[in-house]
Amino acid sequence: MTGLTGYNFAYLDEQTKRMIRRSILKAVAIPGYQAPFGSREMPLPYGWGTGGIQVTASIIGADDCLKVIDQGADDTTNAVSIRRFFARTAGIRTTTRTRDATIIQTRHRIPETPLRAGQILVYQVPIPEPLRWLEPRDSETRKMHALSDYGVMHVKLYEDIARFGRISTSYDYPVLVDDRYLMRPSPIPKFDNPKMDRSPALQLFGAGREKRIYAVPPWTPVKSLDFDDFPFEPQSWDQCCSLCGSGVSFLDEVVIDDQGGRMFVCSDTDYCQDQRQEALT
Amino acid sequence: MTPLLQVEGLSHYYGERAACLDISFDLAPGEVLGIVGESGSGKTSLLNCLSARLRPSAGRILYRSASGEILDVYGLSEAKRRWLARTEWGVVQQNPRDGLRMTVSAGANVGERLMAIGARHYGEIRASAESWLERVEIDRNRIDDLPLTFSGGMLQRLQIARNLISHPRLVFMDEPTGGLDVSVQARLLDLLQRLVTDLGLAAVIVTHDLAVARLLAHRLMVMRQGRVVETGLTDQLLDDPHHPYTQLLVSSVLHP
Repeated sequence: MTGLTGYNFAYLDEQTKRMIRRSILKAVAIPGYQAPFGSREMPLPYGWGTGGIQVTASIIGADDCLKVIDQGADDTTNAVSIRRFFARTAGIRTTTRTRDATIIQTRHRIPETPLRAGQILVYQVPIPEPLRWLEPRDSETRKMHALSDYGVMHVKLYEDIARFGRISTSYDYPVLVDDRYLMRPSPIPKFDNPKMDRSPALQLFGAGREKRIYAVPPWTPVKSLDFDDFPFEPQSWDQCCSLCGSGVSFLDEVVIDDQGGRMFVCSDTDYCQDQRQEALT
Repeated sequence: MTPLLQVEGLSHYYGERAACLDISFDLAPGEVLGIVGESGSGKTSLLNCLSARLRPSAGRILYRSASGEILDVYGLSEAKRRWLARTEWGVVQQNPRDGLRMTVSAGANVGERLMAIGARHYGEIRASAESWLERVEIDRNRIDDLPLTFSGGMLQRLQIARNLISHPRLVFMDEPTGGLDVSVQARLLDLLQRLVTDLGLAAVIVTHDLAVARLLAHRLMVMRQGRVVETGLTDQLLDDPHHPYTQLLVSSVLHP
C-alpha cells in the first residue's frame, strides 16, 4: 500500500513527534509516572484512541509492522480504522498476528500470546489518574503521587469487599509499578494484570484527552493491589472457548439467539484462530 | 513536665486583616485546652494553624513526638507533616461531612487511617473498625451503612472514631457539638469526656459554648479580635472573670 501525499510520515509533524518522544522517554525513565504532553487534535473523537494513536505515530518507523486490537479483536471498526489509518499515512505493514507485530496498539486487552522482547504495546487510556474518583482535585492527586500517599486506594478495595464479599473491581484494576507509582492500567480486565508484571515488551500508555503518557519499561515489576486476607485473583470461567476449546484465555459471553442461548468464545481473535489452526494440523 | 505542644508568637493574616495575633501557649500531655470567644474572633483560624492545615504568617509550633523528638511542625517536610497528622494527631471538624467520606461505608471511614499507615489485612481492619464503632456507641451492624443514612450525632461520633483509631496523642476539635440538639450534645460530651480521660488524650477544643468548655476543658483561653485577652483554669476563669470582655461573655449565658 502506498502512502497518501500531502501528509507527513505517520500523520503527525516531526516537531510534534519529537515532543511526544521526549514525554515517552521521561515516562520510561520514571515507570508509572504520568508525564504530561501537548496532545494534538486527531482526526477521530476523544475516547476512540487519540492518545494511543499519537504514541504509535511517534514511535513507528518504516520497517515496523503494526497490529491493532479493540476488545481483543482485530476485526472491529476501531481496530480496522486505526490499522488502515497507519497503512495509508505511513505506508507500513500491518498484521493481525501478535507474533509478527513489532507495535501493538490496544484497547481493553493484552494479547494472549506472550509478548517478546523488542515488541511495544501501546494502550489507549481514557482516564489516566487512578485516584480520580477518590480525590477530585488534580493538585492533590499529584501531591499524593509525589508522597506515595496511596492509602485511600485501599479504602476503595475495602468498600468492594464490605459490599460484595470480594474485590469486585474487574477491570482497570489499580497496580503499583516498580513499588513506587500507583497506576491505572487502562480498562483491561484484571485477568490481564499478571501479564504486565515483568513483561519483556515495552508498555506505553497514551491518554489524549487528559494529555498524559506513562510507561512500564520491560521487566518492571507490576503488582496488583490487594489485602493479605483477600489476595488479588484474576477472573476464571468454568467453560472453555466454544470455537477453539482453550481453557486458559479470556472469554467473552456472546448471545446467539433470542431463546437465551449463549456461547463463550476467546476475546483474542488471533489467539483463537491459532488454536484452531493447531488443532487441524 | 515538658510540654507536648509549644506555640510561640503565632500570627496569621488574610491579606491585611489579622485572624490571630501573637499567640503563645504551652499544652501539657493529657491537658485539654478550650479556646472560647465569639464568632469571628479567630478561633478556627488558630485551630487550623495549630493542626497543620494552614501555614501561619509568623511564629512557630513545636510538637514533642511519641519518640521524644521536638518537631517544628511547619519546618517538617510535607510527607512527615501528613504522617504526623494521621498517626499522632486527630482533627474533628465542626461539620462531620467535611471530615468524613460520605460515599463510602462507616467501616471504610473508620478504617481509612489504618490503611493509610499501611494496614493490609481486611479482617483486622474491620475488627478494629467494629470495636471503635462500639466505643463511640454506634451499633456494630451499621458498619456497612453509608454515613448518608446516619443522624447528625452519629456522624459526629463516627468522625471521632475515625480519628481515634490510630491512637493519636493530640486531638483538635472545632465546635464538636455544634448543630446538635441538647440531649445529643450531652451524650456526646459524656462520650468525649470519657474518651479523653481513658486515652489520656491532649486536646485543643474550639467552642463558643461555655458549658461545653466548662465540662471538657482544664484550661481556657478567651479570644477577641484575634488576640488572647485572658487565660486561666476553667473554673477560675468562668467563675471569676477579670477582663471586661470575659465578663461580658460569661454574663451573656442564659440560665434556664
